[in-house]
Amino acid sequence: MSAFVPAVRAEFTKTLSTRMWWILAIILVAYVGLLAGGIAFGLGALDASGQDDAPPGPVGMGETVAGIPVDLLAPVVYSLATAVGYVFPALLGAMLVTNEFRHKTLTPTFLATPRRGAVLSAKWVVMFAFGALFGIAALIGTVGLGAAGLTAFGFDPILGESDTWALFGRAVLAMALWALVGVGLGVIVPSQVGSIVIILAFTQFVEPILRLAGGFADWAAQVAQFLPGAASDALVGASIYTVMSGAGSESLDWWQGGLVLLAYAALFTVIGYLANWRRDVT
Amino acid sequence: MPEGVPIEFDGVTKRFGSVAAVSDFSATILPGRVTGFLGPNGAGKTTSLRMLLGLVAPTSGRATIGGRSYAEIERPFATVGAALEAASFHPGRSARDHLRVYAQASSIDARRVDTVLDAVGLTPYAKRRVSGYSLGMRQRLGLATALLGDPGVLVLDEPINGLDPEGIKWIRTFLRSLADEGRTILVSSHLLSEVQQTVDEVLIIAKGRLVHTGPLASLESHAVHQVVVDSPTRPALADALTAAGMEPVPADDGLIVTGAEPDQVGAVAFAARVQLSVLYRRKAASELEDSFLALVGEEGSL
Ligand SMILES: Nc1ncnc2c1ncn2[C@@H]1O[C@H](COP(=O)(O)OP(=O)(O)O)[C@@H](O)[C@H]1O
Ligand SMILES: [Mg+2]
Repeated sequence: MSAFVPAVRAEFTKTLSTRMWWILAIILVAYVGLLAGGIAFGLGALDASGQDDAPPGPVGMGETVAGIPVDLLAPVVYSLATAVGYVFPALLGAMLVTNEFRHKTLTPTFLATPRRGAVLSAKWVVMFAFGALFGIAALIGTVGLGAAGLTAFGFDPILGESDTWALFGRAVLAMALWALVGVGLGVIVPSQVGSIVIILAFTQFVEPILRLAGGFADWAAQVAQFLPGAASDALVGASIYTVMSGAGSESLDWWQGGLVLLAYAALFTVIGYLANWRRDVT
Repeated sequence: MPEGVPIEFDGVTKRFGSVAAVSDFSATILPGRVTGFLGPNGAGKTTSLRMLLGLVAPTSGRATIGGRSYAEIERPFATVGAALEAASFHPGRSARDHLRVYAQASSIDARRVDTVLDAVGLTPYAKRRVSGYSLGMRQRLGLATALLGDPGVLVLDEPINGLDPEGIKWIRTFLRSLADEGRTILVSSHLLSEVQQTVDEVLIIAKGRLVHTGPLASLESHAVHQVVVDSPTRPALADALTAAGMEPVPADDGLIVTGAEPDQVGAVAFAARVQLSVLYRRKAASELEDSFLALVGEEGSL
């Protein structure tokens, strides 16, 4: 324990003393914020123009816009923070680890803290906090611009409801867990370029395609709900992907989604620890 | 004043796959003096130091600092300071922040950061990102990291590489004063000439094996002497010496014979009835360097 708390402080300083964290945070907020604003304004304008030809939702869903039930509009727009933004905390987590390999700073790091497990645990603690911070920042973006767009076209931004704030809380948790997944991936794939490419390729191409495939067969849907992105969307409780892939797709409960995401982070980190973290530092 | 403790290598061996980097290496490094850890590139110096510091796991054997392995030392920076590679910094971090990180990790008072920056002369550049540092400045920052905990034991791997002459002079004086305070100082180098004026003891390693240990002066007994000999009939002298199994090398002031004493050379000349005009024994110009090279095998140097 005596090495752990100092290691946490050191990892905080490591993260704060280079530019990466705020560069990623600014891009994240701008990206998801503009997307949320754009979609909110777009849907609002579509609804206002009366040209919405999308078929109405299933019976009992009430009014829809572009196939999205009106009472889901705000959650879908707000949850862009995670549904689209989750790649950012994952990148930050992976870079905190791969920087050590790339710049050979594992040498001073392990000299100061010879208990290597304590270093990796400290990275978990610090990245959990930064992931949560990224979650808050992303929500400021999506809620700020998204609520403005929704309000402008007469939709209720439902910011007064406790359900909405519960969703925010789960979104912050999801982003924190994604940072841990990033740490795990970084220690499995110590090459910085390699892990960044894997994160981008998986989140932007592989998983969306697999989840799309889940829409075609029952068994595939059963499997697809355990993909990390799907688990994350289940945890948050709303996602543009879930809405787009239709009501038929399978989804975990929010807490199951959270546990699945945590399990990915833990599994990756343990495998990476055994495979790479204990190796000779030469 | 921090107390120096002995460093001990006890039959340490490291194999990287089929490469035997260090073989059965045993040595004791005592406090109060500067010990030079010498050997050509690839001799196994860095690997030995990394095993001492818990960064590389030995295939067999054990290395300890004051009787404890590195991992067993509570707050290791306060006992051992190490500078291993000039490039072990995040280029986007300033020297000050680099030192703050490791001061925090090893529970060292934050005020030490400014003290060590000052000690190595980096204060004016402390807030600059390391990416803009010269090799010499990185060496100084590495040394500052090693000094953070005011340790009684210092382990420095090739600290003189990349320093300008002024820096070399500075580090010599600095290491000397640290040793005089009773600390244990282990400094590696692939060039004897680099540390010759700094070290009291030498530990020479070649191809992973210890080949010599002792005070610097002990290298003299291994030194290769030369005999200078000449004759009005130099070709006849050369033939006679060659016939006697010596290898005379022509030079400005005569023939140079190594590996023989003047009386042996004189006897050969006398037997061959060659008149001598010059015969004396001299120490090689860089005597220590020669014996160092003889110990490590010349092909291995540089
Ligand atoms: N990680 C490694 N993998 C394989 N061989 C290595 C590794 N590190 C060092 N070696 C080999 O071990 C030997 C000793 O290297 P090193 O300790 O760096 O020598 P020195 O520091 O004296 O120059 C060399 O032959 C080197 O190639
Ligand atoms: Mg070396």
